[in-house]
Amino acid sequence: MSSREDWWYDEAAGPLVRPYAMVRGRTRPVTRELHLVTQVRAARQTQTADLTSLNVEHRELLEVCRKPLSVAEVAAYLDVPLIVVKVLLSDLIERGDVIVQDVSRISEIPDRDLLQAVLDGVRGI
Amino acid sequence: MVFVASDDALTVPTAVKIVIAGGFGTGKTTMVGSVSEIPPLRTEELLTEAGVHVDDLAGIEGKETTTVALDFGRITISPQIVLYLFGTPGQNRFWFMWDELAHGAIGAVVLVDTRRLDASFPSIDFFEHRRIPFVVAVNCFDGAQAYTVDEVRGALDLDPAIPVVLCDARDRESSKSTLIGLIRHSMSRLEHAAR
Repeated sequence: MSSREDWWYDEAAGPLVRPYAMVRGRTRPVTRELHLVTQVRAARQTQTADLTSLNVEHRELLEVCRKPLSVAEVAAYLDVPLIVVKVLLSDLIERGDVIVQDVSRISEIPDRDLLQAVLDGVRGI
Repeated sequence: MVFVASDDALTVPTAVKIVIAGGFGTGKTTMVGSVSEIPPLRTEELLTEAGVHVDDLAGIEGKETTTVALDFGRITISPQIVLYLFGTPGQNRFWFMWDELAHGAIGAVVLVDTRRLDASFPSIDFFEHRRIPFVVAVNCFDGAQAYTVDEVRGALDLDPAIPVVLCDARDRESSKSTLIGLIRHSMSRLEHAAR
């Protein structure tokens, strides 16, 4: 099944499932520190974990997060609003199925070493 | 049991971001796309009809919601560092999104179209007031530039410390050197602050 079908997408009408229905009653992200660029990825044990208790949205999210991605990328690839992805991610972080970037490092202004590494990296692309 | 290299499996990269700002139609998404390693992605934030940020889905069932779209790109610097480039929303009224975008950013590129200089004033004010490092990049749409850097600087009444560069947002090398100029500017700001 394609992800479009999973999401009950209708080209003309848009998503047929309202965002609050996807998150099964939970409405607020438990983890408040999920910003646009916060890095998330599926935890190692997910490959062997029992996923049967997860709904299709959670499983799709884990599939997308097999490599590290930002919250914004996950939302874009799943084609759902950011707030919905943050709620779904919160569920998975709580279960230990997703690991998240140390949030204390995100709000900092990048230091000199980090800026130098980014400068060298951009020069090299 | 599947064993994965443990240092790879347990870490996530450090993410940094640069904001690409400017008025409507100044080439923000074009610049993002010219240097991004992936075609620009779009993500949407839910807003209530009144333009208020939705941070709780409770009670929105009966309400009309609208969305604000963010276009962004990605440059993988190394396995440990990822750089994201975020274009600001087209409509200036979504200032709360600008705050989230600017939070912890390396800095901003303010794209300017010399035919509509006034469209860049709100962006310049925003970054000046928050003391966020920025450069002004004059997007030369037709390849020919009618004004000099000094003329643009004067018209925008910019602080002499703010770099002004000419660029072509469609051109990868030109966008790259604009980003390099911003990162260098941020580094020198950091050094001045440390003194």
